[in-house]
Amino acid sequence: MWKWFHKLASPPHFYRLAATLIPWLAVPGLMLIAYGAYAGLFVAPEDYQQGDAFRIIYVHVPSAYLSMMAYMFMAFGGAIGLIWRMKLAHAVGAAAAPIGAAFTFLALVTGSIWGRPMWGTWWEWGDPRLTSELILLFLYFGYMALRSSIDDTAKADKASAVLALVGVVNVVIVHYSVEWWSSLHQGQTLFKEGGPAMDASMLYPLLAMILGFTLVFGALLARRIRTEVLYRERRTRWVREMILSPEGGK
Amino acid sequence: MKPRQQRMLAVGLAVLGVAIAAGLTLRAFEDNMMFFVDISDVIAGEYPEERNFRIGGLVVDGSVMRQEGALDMSFRITDMRCELGVEYTGVLPDLFREGQGVVAHGAMGDNGIFVADKILAKHDENYMAPEVAESLAKHVDEKTQTLREGTTECEQP
Repeated sequence: MWKWFHKLASPPHFYRLAATLIPWLAVPGLMLIAYGAYAGLFVAPEDYQQGDAFRIIYVHVPSAYLSMMAYMFMAFGGAIGLIWRMKLAHAVGAAAAPIGAAFTFLALVTGSIWGRPMWGTWWEWGDPRLTSELILLFLYFGYMALRSSIDDTAKADKASAVLALVGVVNVVIVHYSVEWWSSLHQGQTLFKEGGPAMDASMLYPLLAMILGFTLVFGALLARRIRTEVLYRERRTRWVREMILSPEGGK
Repeated sequence: MKPRQQRMLAVGLAVLGVAIAAGLTLRAFEDNMMFFVDISDVIAGEYPEERNFRIGGLVVDGSVMRQEGALDMSFRITDMRCELGVEYTGVLPDLFREGQGVVAHGAMGDNGIFVADKILAKHDENYMAPEVAESLAKHVDEKTQTLREGTTECEQP
């Protein structure tokens, strides 16, 4: 177990492993998204109240879920990096941040586009779900800004890991905001007591989209970690040997 | 203690500390975290008098009155316990209809009618059946839409 763990933490090993992993994540992920998009747009029925406008959930829900998931990668990467001094874990955090920020932005934009016709507003200050998700976006921006403002990689890793850990509490707030306080945003649909409050014909495309988005997120993350590892290890012998080898770093 | 365990403890305590601080802060500002005030609380006089606030509830069936040729309208809003009259002038969101959850922003008028300057429709988490706001769930049996046993009638001060 520990041997496997240490091997995983070795940059050259992970660099090659990630390359093998990417197609296995990306191809099924894109296939699931293609199915989910088709079934969500053409097969699933209209909602009894929202009509066709509800179909934006097929992008909104996976994005919102990944906006929190990516943050947890960042925070756990930071914690493992701080506690076990594992450089690769910091690289995971650095790689996850821009992807997470992109999904957060997507969740906010799709929610706003849906909110205008349904709620009657693009944005409501004071709504706990909306506001905490916006804070999540700012946490990502802060994390990336802090990283890029410190030249020394080891120092940047430590400082940004602390920031990521401090911000974890906000992820909890985003998740429970609709339960703890009265909110304009509706409550949980999928993890509601007594099963998802959604028709099966609407639900399956959504589950396909969530899984598809997650796999594509994994592929993007693996790819960004590779780049991050390569940059961080640019002065090491294995990188030089790999580049000079006949395969040229494949 | 090994240095690694010390670091583990430090990280754990830091996260715990931030969580406690955030929890206490949010608890202290609980009233401000609420997006809207329940109708029962409004009737009981528990609402900010100095500023505008939001109320949330269901539009009472058959209560919507519109003025011919104008945007003026009025309706009654309920949390299945207390009812409150609302006046509004303006455009309504698509989802506004009788029996539907709404959030109204405005202030209490002198005559006990809530004067709204903005109406938002609240959508529920059900993608088939109608929703009742969480405050309603406490007082209403979901299936029969009747008052649950032990729920008190609307109390006025």
